[in-house]
Amino acid sequence: MKNYDIVIVGGGPAGLAAAVSAKKAGCDSILILERDTELGGILNQCIHNGFGLHTFKEELTGPEYAYRFIKQVLDLGIEYKLGTMVMDIAPDKTVTAMNREDGMFTIPAKAVILAMGCRERPRGALNIPGYRPAGIFSAGTAQRLVNTEGYMPGKEVVILGSGDIGLIMARRMTLEGAKVKCVAELMPYSGGLKRNIVQCLDDYGIPLKLSHTVVDIEGKEHVTAVTIAEVGPDRKPIPGTEERYICDTLLLSCGLIPENELSRSAGVEMNPVTSGPIVNESLETNIPGVFACGNVLHVHDLVDYVSEEAGRAGENAAKYVKAAGDSSEQGAAEAGAAQGVDTASAGKPGASQVITLVATDGARYTVPSTINVDRMSDLLTVRFRVGDVYKNSFVSVYFDDERVMHNQKRIMSPGEMEQIILRKSQLSERPQLKTITVKIENE
Amino acid sequence: MEKRELTCIGCPMGCMLTVILENGEVTEVTGNTCQKGDIYARKEVVNPTRIVTSTVKVTGGEKERVSVKTASDIPKDKIFEVMKAIDAASISAPVNIGDTVIKDVAGTGVDVIATKNIS
Repeated sequence: MKNYDIVIVGGGPAGLAAAVSAKKAGCDSILILERDTELGGILNQCIHNGFGLHTFKEELTGPEYAYRFIKQVLDLGIEYKLGTMVMDIAPDKTVTAMNREDGMFTIPAKAVILAMGCRERPRGALNIPGYRPAGIFSAGTAQRLVNTEGYMPGKEVVILGSGDIGLIMARRMTLEGAKVKCVAELMPYSGGLKRNIVQCLDDYGIPLKLSHTVVDIEGKEHVTAVTIAEVGPDRKPIPGTEERYICDTLLLSCGLIPENELSRSAGVEMNPVTSGPIVNESLETNIPGVFACGNVLHVHDLVDYVSEEAGRAGENAAKYVKAAGDSSEQGAAEAGAAQGVDTASAGKPGASQVITLVATDGARYTVPSTINVDRMSDLLTVRFRVGDVYKNSFVSVYFDDERVMHNQKRIMSPGEMEQIILRKSQLSERPQLKTITVKIENE
Repeated sequence: MEKRELTCIGCPMGCMLTVILENGEVTEVTGNTCQKGDIYARKEVVNPTRIVTSTVKVTGGEKERVSVKTASDIPKDKIFEVMKAIDAASISAPVNIGDTVIKDVAGTGVDVIATKNIS
């Protein structure tokens, strides 16, 4: 098997954008490994429009958005393998994969970009009582069946969870002739975009029942009915509020979980809040040369942000490979003087300023988690999510104990990503700075 | 006088808008907290339009279905007529992004075009 400098695990929106940027940053030895039979990832089944408003200033469908990047990958001559499953990433960045043509093979990569995306939370993780008949699908599975295979999972549908995929599927199933009876959401607010609630539910008269959950599923062979009930502030069902819906299908749209089995076995440190790797300003994990981007890092709301983030990961991976190459040449010449220096930070010996980011008081996490000031770009976007709906509250940023940013936002909700932008100059003029805290304040 | 209630889609605030119409003309929009809500309400009440996306059967291709969309937005009350035409249509491979799949769908003057390449 041929060797590659950068191996990208996953050919979805993150992997594609990372590959394009790495190539443009000067790396000519890149391989994308994709387990599906085509590039583009989940975008291939997201046939609705609304993608790319930030990146391309127009509204594209998922397949069109994906193709903008696939075309660049093809035009730039970046290599990829389809139908290929990555089995293991070793801590030394040896990637083991398999497919029908090559069998099992290993690639000793210089850098690895994790771009595996995420999966839907399955029924087993939701503790829904009742039988286990056929007719229960995750919203994404139903989306694949309807949009790429051309099958309808059922005719009368109840949807649990008001995530965007669930809302999109409520409309999609309705357009194809199904009756969507209601969308039940455990929380008192929807996790989906307002636009989707209006255009996918209100347009078709589908009720959204906030603070409701499924308390029973009936049917031995196939779903015959679903009972939902209102929940109290403790999110427990309130007796006497049950409503029974005759239906043949239950769709679940109850959250997405980054798919990090490979990262974990490689020894990548994880953030329990995002279920994604802990990364620094370069989107590099605790293993030097292993980068992460897209939904495997943290679940995004818009693909535009995935592409932007993945572009940075690709660029940094290319820099890393180049720096590792430079230091090994130097090492040969100077008889091992560069030994043990194998990161992109190799350029500057001595103590570099490393700052820890802390999310608290309503801010759930930040990406990245640490910043090495020497390595950061002039402007660094820090993304985070809030844990509740906040109206007319402030996003505050503290440099140690000093409040340096205090921006009022009319609304923040858990369904939408928030961001702050840090300037390198702000940080480098404070060499003693240890901690940057992001929090939500009422005033 | 007619009164209509809408949810603004301009941002996550989702302001509840109340629109007052007289003889089909918008005379007042209330409930909005910014200009976006006013613009949205005036358009949505008088002339609501949507892009419709779906899939069409492909013959002789590597895939069974090709994703399609209306090339521009169509009147909201034509959505199901458009869907009927899309469900009845089929196209033979190869298909390229932007290819016309149905001309002037359901008399809207808008074409349905492919959004994916199928070889």
